[in-house]
Amino acid sequence: MTSSQEPNLPQEPNLGLPLPEKKGHSSLGRLERLLRAGKFAVTAELAPPDSALPEDVFERARMFDGYVDGMNATDGSGANCHMSSVAMCALLTAIGYSPVLQISCRDKNRIAIQGDVLGAAAMGVANILCLSGDGVQVGDHPEAKPVFDLDSMSLLETIRTMRDESRFLSGRPITSPPQVFIGAAENPSAPPVEFRPQRLAKKIAAGAQFIQTQYIFDIEHLRRFMARAGDLGLLEKVFVLPGVGPLASARTALWIRNNVPGIHIPDAIIKRLEGAQQPRLEGRKICIELIQQIREIEGVSGVHIMAYRQEDAVGEIVQQSGVLDGRVPWYPGCEVKSSTA
Amino acid sequence: MYRVRQWSVTHARKLDFLYRAFEPVLIKLHPLFKWVGYSRIEKPMRFVEHAIKGFMFDCQMCGKCALSATGMSCPMNCPKSIRNGPCGGVRLDGTCEVKPEMRCVWVEAWRGSQQMRDPAAIQQVQIPVNNLLKGSSSWLRVVRHEHAAHSGEAAE
Repeated sequence: MTSSQEPNLPQEPNLGLPLPEKKGHSSLGRLERLLRAGKFAVTAELAPPDSALPEDVFERARMFDGYVDGMNATDGSGANCHMSSVAMCALLTAIGYSPVLQISCRDKNRIAIQGDVLGAAAMGVANILCLSGDGVQVGDHPEAKPVFDLDSMSLLETIRTMRDESRFLSGRPITSPPQVFIGAAENPSAPPVEFRPQRLAKKIAAGAQFIQTQYIFDIEHLRRFMARAGDLGLLEKVFVLPGVGPLASARTALWIRNNVPGIHIPDAIIKRLEGAQQPRLEGRKICIELIQQIREIEGVSGVHIMAYRQEDAVGEIVQQSGVLDGRVPWYPGCEVKSSTA
Repeated sequence: MYRVRQWSVTHARKLDFLYRAFEPVLIKLHPLFKWVGYSRIEKPMRFVEHAIKGFMFDCQMCGKCALSATGMSCPMNCPKSIRNGPCGGVRLDGTCEVKPEMRCVWVEAWRGSQQMRDPAAIQQVQIPVNNLLKGSSSWLRVVRHEHAAHSGEAAE
């Protein structure tokens, strides 16, 4: 079954053409259509190449074909240098993919960022994820100057202003505003946890329409966060896609827990990996179980898979989790495949 | 100084009270400031403000003071200068991801905000810093804004 056969879902356009405008929608992209149609959406993180070869981007994107509704082009994640997220998105939209452009405030000031937003929208980018970004200290250029002219919150407000009021932060008018679906990140596990749901409210007030969270390994953290967000009446205003990912081994898990701030991995998961004969497979199994548990939580709209150095496992994880219910997300060339199958 | 800064957050309630008493006095001094000239008073005022707030809060003189909305924890001490934190990288023990020896400025802000007269002030979205105002007195700006709002004069 292809997505175009389902009711309430968009008829897919030809290569890279935007979808027709729809009332109540901010963007012309598939991700927003799906979420507003109430479908459980799957997004995945696309690792940018350390090369200038377009094929390197396409090769990575193809691994997700038929399994994801959107892929996030990271913006120098971990403060490491890679191909720029705007360029990756430009390559991807040109052949019809629906990327999520990540913008970090670490490397660019408000002039550069607003220019990128217009440029990306012109290239057909329909989704933007606003991030503060990791500190330069953790990356491969710790001697670099951290910019942080805006923060994730003011970045949200900036893009919303550009889109809804057709003006730059300076007030100067924009003749054709960027039609984008705006997202933000949140980390339900990081202190102060009591403040996190309120901060989500703040992000929604600043313009966030969807949320992709940091890795969730402790499902209870997420449950509490979602319950509180529900109490605050936030879940009708935003689509939440909790972040998950497979752990390669107990050693990796311990390393992440000790070295990557903000990621909380409970002992139970580390024990399970330690006891497993094939930790890599066990890690994927844990990830699948987490996705299935996440799906049952009220107010969750999808899942965001960050399979760092295990991108090849995303398809298998999505398939075995069963969250797509037989739906096959559109990808370039899928019409040809489904007609010949 | 880090210790003093933490003391200030712990005593956010008192400081909030103190500032609420101090601000109207400042505003009343408008005729004096006007008589001396705002541009002439800027330098000594900046000196006093920096001395007091620098000592109490490690103030960076961003020119747009947010202390009343951030539980008396100055957001400019965040290594990412996040004005609407905390970011997702806060360590489990509440320390900063960039400077592990320091408690997250926003974990502190949340702690302080709970004691302020208006605990919901932390929910205000802070607009980006105006870099043209860096190093200038935010107290004088408050006074001028207040008077401009009443008399319809231009504030800046």
